[in-house]
Amino acid sequence: MGNQTNILIVGVGGQGTLLTSRIIADVAVQLGYDVKVSEIHGMAQRGGSVVSQVRYGDKIYSPIIKKGDADIILAFEKLEAARWLDYLKPDGMVIINNERVNPLPVMSGKMKYPDDIHEKVGALVPDTMIIDASTIAEKCGNQRAANVVLVGVLSRVIGLPVDEVKKAIERLVPSKALEINLKAFQQGFSH
Amino acid sequence: MLKYLLNEDEKELYQTGGDKTMKIIMTGNEAVARGAYEAGCHVAAAYPGTPSTEILENISNYKEINSEWAPNEKVALEVACGASIAGGRALAAMKHVGLNVAADPLFTIAYEGVNGGLVVVTADDPGCHSSQNEQDNRLYAPAARLILLEPSDSQECKDFTKLAFAVSEKFDTPVLLRLTTRVCHSKSLVELEDRLEAPVKPYIKNAEKYICTPAIAKLRHVVVEKNMLLLKEYSENSPLNRIEWGAKKTGIITSGISYQYAKEVFGEEASYLKIGMSHPLPDRLIKDFAQGVEKIYVIEENDPYLEKHVKSLGINCFGKGSIPVCGELNPEIIKKALLSAGGETGYTTGLKAPSRPPVLCAGCPHRGMFYTLSKYKDAVVAGDIGCYTLGTVPPLSVTDTVICMGASITAAIGMEKIARREGRKTKVFSCIGDSTFFHSGITGLVDVVYNKSNIVVIILDNSITAMTGHQENPGSGKTLMGEIAQVVDIEKIVRAVGIKEENIRVVDPYDLAATEKAVQDAYGAAEAFVIISKQPCALLKSVQKKRAGLSYAVDQKKCKKCKACMKIGCPAVSNKNGEIKIDKTQCNACSLCAQMCKFDAINKVGE
Repeated sequence: MGNQTNILIVGVGGQGTLLTSRIIADVAVQLGYDVKVSEIHGMAQRGGSVVSQVRYGDKIYSPIIKKGDADIILAFEKLEAARWLDYLKPDGMVIINNERVNPLPVMSGKMKYPDDIHEKVGALVPDTMIIDASTIAEKCGNQRAANVVLVGVLSRVIGLPVDEVKKAIERLVPSKALEINLKAFQQGFSH
Repeated sequence: MLKYLLNEDEKELYQTGGDKTMKIIMTGNEAVARGAYEAGCHVAAAYPGTPSTEILENISNYKEINSEWAPNEKVALEVACGASIAGGRALAAMKHVGLNVAADPLFTIAYEGVNGGLVVVTADDPGCHSSQNEQDNRLYAPAARLILLEPSDSQECKDFTKLAFAVSEKFDTPVLLRLTTRVCHSKSLVELEDRLEAPVKPYIKNAEKYICTPAIAKLRHVVVEKNMLLLKEYSENSPLNRIEWGAKKTGIITSGISYQYAKEVFGEEASYLKIGMSHPLPDRLIKDFAQGVEKIYVIEENDPYLEKHVKSLGINCFGKGSIPVCGELNPEIIKKALLSAGGETGYTTGLKAPSRPPVLCAGCPHRGMFYTLSKYKDAVVAGDIGCYTLGTVPPLSVTDTVICMGASITAAIGMEKIARREGRKTKVFSCIGDSTFFHSGITGLVDVVYNKSNIVVIILDNSITAMTGHQENPGSGKTLMGEIAQVVDIEKIVRAVGIKEENIRVVDPYDLAATEKAVQDAYGAAEAFVIISKQPCALLKSVQKKRAGLSYAVDQKKCKKCKACMKIGCPAVSNKNGEIKIDKTQCNACSLCAQMCKFDAINKVGE
């Protein structure tokens, strides 16, 4: 089936994973790839576990990625990295945003948030990267641009052309937030 | 692009619009909307329902199409039927269970046929991502004698929608376009074309066709059955059904998203019969394909719809023997079922990851009412379809049954009948949202009054269709096309139906004392009682703007750690190692937790 890139983007509802998958897919389209994206809009809610799957290559059939078939997992939240880790390829890479969003059973004190997630993931997956996207985004002017910082990191890792990604950001981000987001992208890219 | 779907003799007939080719990435739902636009559709109607909602939301962006949110799916389909009879091209869209509501007009419009093309979109939900069942609506097509089309990606969503209008007119019959969640919500590339201006056809009164009295219906049934034979022939020759020869050891018959999964798993190692038109099915083509391959697998989600048909032709094939009927398919399941391979996972951390279950949002106006109801332990509460189904989640744990849209009121009537008959001291409540009340609650309330049911109906009016993502409804004051609309007044409906003045309360669920008083009055009433719990959805932009910067915070010095504030199950309130905290990014100052606190330890912050 030739070259294919499978990216699993996971996080918590409200973190902006959708914009990230949209930017990556848009760049892949501009580069002339066949592209498929899958997102399940369940019961619209904040705080739910969300996953976007982006696949591109010469020809893509299934919009969903098989377990053990993701080249990269981009986790907006630590626990979500652990939850979806079985989707990663044996030689795949995990990018973890150093962010903790407590699930309800943790908030109500019924369950514990697992300790040292990124160390545990790192011990299993040689190619694990942890990043403080929110801190970087805050320095760029708005904490909410953390998702675009992560676009920057991901773009460098998978080798997307900077100019194309910037153009995609220009197309998809509202103009008043554009400056901060372009800065966030650059910071993520050179991280 | 549509041309690849047309037979040679049809290419002249169906102009496909301009040749402007531009590829953009779209969801299946966006592509259906685009298809309707390009096909020259004039009228579109729907009731929101995941995964179909975005079809009409996107159609409303095309001002050439007169689009509307109907109060329910039956209304939506009937509006589309009328537009078609009057000569326009019309579309109705709904989720799978919505087609049950619209089944009445569906079966009869199949007898009457169309004037302008009529397309009915059903969005099924294998895997119950956001539905109360996973019924397979392909079965409606043979039952109602409809053409059934099943696209497998966004390009096909657009092309099949366009073609549907044309074949609907050619064969004088409505077309059922069946999508599934994965097709609706996955994105893939679509080539855009210009809109084809299909002029509205003249309307000529035709009582022999459009008035299904028994005498006429009997004759129309004969016409429909004859038409099915023509359609069968069309299905045999249509490029909608095609063979892709590959290795001949394995032959795969498949449709919809399952086609994509099958290609993913088998690639060139199999031959495929790709079914795009699933009713009527092409018998000769299936037989030809069967003769060309050694072993046949039928790969489809949910019911063995194709498999049963293939077997009825005397062809040996394998399907549901190993592919599950229940749940959504994916390439992994197919690989495991048919190749005894797959399921290889990369890594496991062995960590127990706490789940993130859906809960009522922070500041949700339903919370105050459900907390109040949770105190009446001997009450039975019939629930309904909407965000407020989440009233069942602990610690609120209110709701005894949920069946379908509108069933809260009517199931409560039945429960109360049994309770009364058996002398049980159970008070029966029902909870229904504003949009669901307009959808199919009003008739239930009529039954309450007419048949003297002693239940309490609580209408949770948050002034929007919330769960599907904030669609306008008859009570919200705006239409899908953005026009100001007259607000249909729920209180006036309740009065008009005949609920007595002294048995009606309108309360603000953010006021716990007032809510408690209303529920108490209702609990003690010996007649039908209605409470309208009125407060707009906390996620509405207008509400968020009004309460921006406002939140509540815990004064740790005053806090006695009694956890009374946690009984309301608000996701903004947490217990961090014994310290009660309120997340100010989530909190929008509904004040419920402060009302719960007996020690004055929770106070408003910001102004």
